[in-house]
Amino acid sequence: MELPIPGLGETASGAAPVSDSSDKIIAESGFFAIALKTPSFVIGLIFSVFFIFIALLSLYWTPYDVSVLEIGNRLKCPPFQAWIGGVDFPSAQNSWFEGWRCVANPLYGLGTDHFGRDVVSMIMVGSRTSIAVAIVAVGIGIILGVPLGLAAAARQGSFFDEFIMRTNDLVFAFPALLIAILITAVYGPSAINAIIAIGIFNIPVFARLSRGAALSLWTREFVLAARVAGKGRSRISVEHILPNILNLLIVQGTIQFSLGILAEAGLSYLGLGVQPPIPSWGRMLAEAQTLIFVAPHLAILPGLAIVLSVLGLNLLGDGLRDILDPKLRRNRS
Amino acid sequence: MRKSNFLVAIGAALVMATSLSPAMSAQTDITVGMVLEPPNLDPTGGAAAAIDEVVYANVFEGLTRFNSNGAIIPALAKSWEISEDGLTYTFTLNSGVKFHDGTDMDASDVKFSLERAMAEDSTNAQKALFADIAAVEAKDATTVIVTLSQPNGSFLFNMAWGDAVIVAPESAADNGTNPIGTGPFTFVDWAQGDKVVLAKNPDYWGAEVALENVTFKFISDPSAAFAAMMAQDVDAFPNYPASETLPQFEADPRFKVIVGATEGETILSTNNQSPPLDDVRVRHAIAHAINRQDIIDGAMSGFGEPIGTHFNPSNPDYLDLTAQSDYDPQKAMALLAEAGVSDLTLRMKLPPPPYARRGGEIIAAQLRAVGIETEITNLEWAQWLEEVFTAKDYDLTIVSHTEPFDIGIYARDNYYFNYDSEEMQALIAELNITADPVTRTDLLHQAQRLIADDYVNAYLFQLAKTGVANAKINGLWENSPTQANDMTGVSWGE
Amino acid sequence: MLIFTLKRLVSLLFSLVAASVVVFFVIEIIPGDPAALMMGISASPEAVEELRQQLGLNLPIWQRYFTWVMGLLQWDFGISYTYKTPVSDLINDRIWVSLPLTIYALTLSTLIAFPVGIIAAANRNSKTDVGIMGATQLGIAVPNFWFAMILVLIFAVSLRWFSAGGFPGWEIGFFAGMKSLTLPAIALALPQASILARVMRSSLLDTLSEDYIRTARAKGLSKRQTLWRHALRNALIPVLTIIGLQFSFLLAGAIIIENVFFLPGLGRLVFQGITQRDLIVVKSVVMLLVFAVIVVTFIVDIAYGIADPRLRGNSVRGSAGE
Repeated sequence: MELPIPGLGETASGAAPVSDSSDKIIAESGFFAIALKTPSFVIGLIFSVFFIFIALLSLYWTPYDVSVLEIGNRLKCPPFQAWIGGVDFPSAQNSWFEGWRCVANPLYGLGTDHFGRDVVSMIMVGSRTSIAVAIVAVGIGIILGVPLGLAAAARQGSFFDEFIMRTNDLVFAFPALLIAILITAVYGPSAINAIIAIGIFNIPVFARLSRGAALSLWTREFVLAARVAGKGRSRISVEHILPNILNLLIVQGTIQFSLGILAEAGLSYLGLGVQPPIPSWGRMLAEAQTLIFVAPHLAILPGLAIVLSVLGLNLLGDGLRDILDPKLRRNRS
Repeated sequence: MRKSNFLVAIGAALVMATSLSPAMSAQTDITVGMVLEPPNLDPTGGAAAAIDEVVYANVFEGLTRFNSNGAIIPALAKSWEISEDGLTYTFTLNSGVKFHDGTDMDASDVKFSLERAMAEDSTNAQKALFADIAAVEAKDATTVIVTLSQPNGSFLFNMAWGDAVIVAPESAADNGTNPIGTGPFTFVDWAQGDKVVLAKNPDYWGAEVALENVTFKFISDPSAAFAAMMAQDVDAFPNYPASETLPQFEADPRFKVIVGATEGETILSTNNQSPPLDDVRVRHAIAHAINRQDIIDGAMSGFGEPIGTHFNPSNPDYLDLTAQSDYDPQKAMALLAEAGVSDLTLRMKLPPPPYARRGGEIIAAQLRAVGIETEITNLEWAQWLEEVFTAKDYDLTIVSHTEPFDIGIYARDNYYFNYDSEEMQALIAELNITADPVTRTDLLHQAQRLIADDYVNAYLFQLAKTGVANAKINGLWENSPTQANDMTGVSWGE
Repeated sequence: MLIFTLKRLVSLLFSLVAASVVVFFVIEIIPGDPAALMMGISASPEAVEELRQQLGLNLPIWQRYFTWVMGLLQWDFGISYTYKTPVSDLINDRIWVSLPLTIYALTLSTLIAFPVGIIAAANRNSKTDVGIMGATQLGIAVPNFWFAMILVLIFAVSLRWFSAGGFPGWEIGFFAGMKSLTLPAIALALPQASILARVMRSSLLDTLSEDYIRTARAKGLSKRQTLWRHALRNALIPVLTIIGLQFSFLLAGAIIIENVFFLPGLGRLVFQGITQRDLIVVKSVVMLLVFAVIVVTFIVDIAYGIADPRLRGNSVRGSAGE
């Protein structure tokens, strides 16, 4: 279970101080010129765009309708697997290769599941679930966390600041998965409760990040100038601090987005996420677990979808940070 | 406890780091996999089937018992006589029977056990079994006379249930955690969440058993069950939860697959008072919307026999009424139109077993095809008991009714189907006092037809018992006449 | 330093009290009457009422809260609703699965991450570094339950090197016990090792760019010598912090893994407790895990304060992003 944990991600712990010079450098040489020279960004972008593309595509078109079950066509393996299985391996007495012998239906590129549904279509529709849950959860974190963090930074050392930070610590002290399980135990399993459970843990992540970044900005000259000009604390937070931490928020948002996908998969795997018949990668894995030796493709493919999308988003986040953060870029060159 | 074991283990490891491999287990030990862990080990104090699956016939014994075919055979009572009027049963007990704590089992224990089960404040889950007992008398140490208030054709059958086992007054209260019975195995240890260990009872009164140690291991996850079987961590899994993998065990000479029948009528239970399900045409429509074979194939990998009413097909009195509710989506839609129902959304609440979770998804898709939407909620058993069984807050659910011969539930007051038919109640009342086989058959046929005509529930299939075991194990039960893992006849062969 | 410690201590107590209130009241909302559940479906209302009295469920909620907290302080968690044995016995049993598993996973994670992180840092921007960083990205992206499934598929069923799950008990031997924890520990450790290796690498790189390291290099020490003599020691501080945090994360994160491998640990206990509505078990185990996390955080904070006096004015956690 990869729920957001403070300091565990490189970004959360090693978030670099915000620098307004980054914008200058980017302005000088062009964002994309730098971006294209950052391999992690390019790879991450390709994966992420692909992943979002198939999710959007699934709204209009999937190869087969996932709401129609075709029991007679169940558990067909991908044609390439049948091809491998048809080849005689020397160590074929081992059950390892026995498992690859299977019946394929050439019309289904990645095979069918235990209800005869097309796996390609299931993964496409499942990506929608992952994205929807993760986006809303990150949204909750940003909408509630950032204002809290900014407000706390504006009154550093005050009771309010202390209260926010202690509450943050408290939320972090709860094993995230346990809270998610508790929420579902109280209110029943559903997509909404999964989103809430994941979203709650995004709030302190963004609160802490924006507070930390804002604190360093509050000592800067342009903020001091604004204060001298008589602007109030909240106005400064919105007009001067927020625009300067946007980069940081985008980077962290990307990382939290990927963590949200992992979290959604974990909750659905335990049966606490979206309920059938809505496809979700985590539940596909849970259902495939009993079939892992009969139809290994069902256990492997949704897992790969999770890995690739999370990997893509993480690379994208890392790449963005490298581009937006000149200090690190200097390190690399 | 574990702590000291852990430290001792480290110490021992340091001393003899070389002896890594555990001694080859002698072929007198068996590890049996079970899906559900019992909440306690007292069969007279809980309804959970898992209790009987551990202790029935192994630790506890009753006056009579089921054999593997479901017939009633003597157990603690070696013989009995029934009076002409069917009201008095005189049981002769086996002599020399001792409880595991060393105390003698005699007629007074039988009197105690039965009176305890039928008492006002009894927590026995099947109190109805004892309802007809008027008095129990211990005539001498080995003779018990039971007087009934009305003749009951199934009294000996009732006494074979796990809920009717004989317990001792000294130990009855603690049987939940430390069961003391008369059976061939004694209780050794229960590591909650993991396993229950039984050992051979050296002082057993009956025929000697072949096994020395029996471990029941609780593995709820079907894939873990598969893996444990494949890795031979578990020797037998009598109610194996991952039926899709059975072909692999069949192909593997190390294992054998045991397919039998259970008493489990698996049905789409319907709340008969939740509108519009109170309209028989709507229930009739649902019955025609369902394709039983798809459910059996998709949820049970093809194991299971379609049923058209709430009755076990292997019972000679079974009527095959499946044709009456055959798969006919056109007819279903016509019936719905006739009932004036459109835009129907039903709440389907599903308990954990795969037949329910998977069957539910298939039924949801089949219902959608005739224009009925469903809202699925997956529940754990505890929630299911609260919400569906007790509070009746549901429209549809899927459950397998595994009690033997349980068509009588349709005559019960306030049962969770909310089916209220005076006709049915009269039929069952008459059946209960009828002994003549021909009349009984006729009454049973009428009852089966009645619930099929009323489309009380959609009748899906008879649950199969699919088990896997090491090929060398003999004597496991094939069928499941009651919920039990009887180890008394089990042995390792070559 | 004393004031810093006292401040952290007060905040620790505050967190513990707040956590216990949250846990207690969240679980009290869960619908369902434990007494009715313990007695089963066919129990008479009088018997259920009797049991409610015995369990103290009729007392006002704040009184039950204090009884519970007082019990916690004496390691007395009450009687399990389903198993009808003391919860402390259940916990005492299970903790000797969860704790060794956590330590095992943490050890594995550290043993993998240290050399990998150091190699990556020492060969910065080389092909090795890029390969390692790519591999760790992959490790972070793999859901541990999926990894566990794949491990079972390969090592338990195909190769039969390990048992597919279950725990035989320490009484049959230390190595047999550890063997059954190996696959779960690997499944838990891999993502954590990936994170730790990245932290190790970036921490080393940060240290290497500090002025005194440059000075050491200028004095003629070789790159390797600077790395071992100066950089590593200083780079360890943030790494140890992460290890501290990972300990509590692994302890809780074992919930899924214990379920995949059906290990009788605390995570499975709490998951079963919820499905069986054994709320007294859930309440106590959740509190225990939260307690562990809070205390480890406290220790990490203090250790950080000792190691880096600059941070004493603020909490470690509070200064993330600086």
